[in-house]
Amino acid sequence: MSAEPLLAVRNLQAWYGESHVLHGVDFDVRPGEVVTLLGRNGAGKTTTLKSIMGIVGKRKGSVTFEGRETVGLTSDKIARQGIALCPEERGIFSSLDVKENLLLPPQVKPGGLSVEQIFDLFPNLKERLASQGTKLSGGEQQMLAIGRILRTGARLLLLDEPTEGLAPVIIQQIGRTIARLKTEGFTVLLVEQNFRFASTVADRYYVMEHGKVIDAFANSELAANMDKLHDYLGV
Amino acid sequence: MFGIPTQALFSQLLLGLINGSFYALLSLGLAVIFGMLNIVNFAHGALYMMGAFVAWFLLGYAGIGYWGALILAPLAVGFVGVVIERTMLQRLAGLDHLYGLLLTFGLALVIQGVFQNQFGSSGMPYAIPPQLTGGQNLGFMFLPNYRAWVVVFSLVVCIATWFMIEKTRLGSYLRAATENPTLVRAFGVNVPLMITLTYGFGVGLAGLAGVLSAPINQVRPLMGADLIIVVFAVVVIGGMGSIMGSVITGFALGVIEGLTKVFYPEASNTVIFVIMAIVLLIKPAGLFGRAA
Repeated sequence: MSAEPLLAVRNLQAWYGESHVLHGVDFDVRPGEVVTLLGRNGAGKTTTLKSIMGIVGKRKGSVTFEGRETVGLTSDKIARQGIALCPEERGIFSSLDVKENLLLPPQVKPGGLSVEQIFDLFPNLKERLASQGTKLSGGEQQMLAIGRILRTGARLLLLDEPTEGLAPVIIQQIGRTIARLKTEGFTVLLVEQNFRFASTVADRYYVMEHGKVIDAFANSELAANMDKLHDYLGV
Repeated sequence: MFGIPTQALFSQLLLGLINGSFYALLSLGLAVIFGMLNIVNFAHGALYMMGAFVAWFLLGYAGIGYWGALILAPLAVGFVGVVIERTMLQRLAGLDHLYGLLLTFGLALVIQGVFQNQFGSSGMPYAIPPQLTGGQNLGFMFLPNYRAWVVVFSLVVCIATWFMIEKTRLGSYLRAATENPTLVRAFGVNVPLMITLTYGFGVGLAGLAGVLSAPINQVRPLMGADLIIVVFAVVVIGGMGSIMGSVITGFALGVIEGLTKVFYPEASNTVIFVIMAIVLLIKPAGLFGRAA
């Protein structure tokens, strides 16, 4: 594992208005990996994803993607480098139908999945193309939120709690999707509360607490770190 | 019918449709701007007036007639809008509605004041283009060609705008950015540029209405100030931010106003405001508006 990191986060700090949320986050994501950020509520996982995407109030430190610094760029420029976000609240647009939602994110790089390939991953979407985006079930909305960023050609996908509030059968489907994306060469940075789910897809874990990364281990070390992990997550 | 001569009925109906065309074009622009910028654009009337003046300047100083003005004046007014958005409105992003309202209201007073200072208050004539003079005798009434053109052309522009916003890819960006500009930008869309162009487009529609109105209402510095109050009532009735709602309400209220002139002329100046009051009592978000 000596590959250059695709994404390198160094001493990342972020603020919402006056409140200082990230206090120097450091981690790497290498090409083709699935990396999971674990941590309790409020540890700064979602804020880390938003900071990478450039949609927090203020950020400092360094986030390089493919060797290029992105702190200081606006979020549309960051997206055009090939990073795409699937937000925790899913962000399905109610004034757009499913097809419009799916086709909304512009292509930023060549090599994204075709619409047919996305229907192959999420057959439910194909039958609901003319529905209003927010009329879909929670699981379908999550599929739509993931599906629409696969078209864009972005190579790094930031997935914020994709299994939250979903039925086990849909969680399994999303797990299979992430595994399949990995084989297609996508790199995934995942935020998860559900580490049983994370353990089925992740290569490595970073644990966050109070706006910092406090521990890191590989999936193979998961069993050995279980006690520590229970402590960190309070489960 | 009801003791009213058919001739009078239909000519007021036509007049209502003409006024409705202007209401629709102006409230459509206001709706587009409000949806995207969350700004109640009080400068709309002044920019409508500016459209008529640009047409008048083009004819007087550059020898460019009505058809040229129909293209150039909206572009010129749209450009003024782009400058206003980039230099002033952009700084108000994230603040309360009230700031945008006050700023654009102040701008309207300044723009109107400058024109009034330069051109006085009386109207300047602008001739109907030669292709559209004369009219058709329909048997029951005389239909001036220019007025028919205004109604049809406004309708076409309104429907084209609706189509662009509701049925095209560009429109899906606009609607999505109205809901969640942060996320649309994080997908790689240059949302600030889109906002600027939306404002330019909205006031460009006002400029277009100004050109259409020049041969009918003369070119006057206060032509927009008189109209804009009614247009705001139309927008309130239709519901802020609804595209189709603003078009339908614009035409419908023009017609209702025209019919009131026939059946109860005393109320013709107030009927729109009475309807506004009733709508506000029964459906505060407006007939086509979505409750916030």
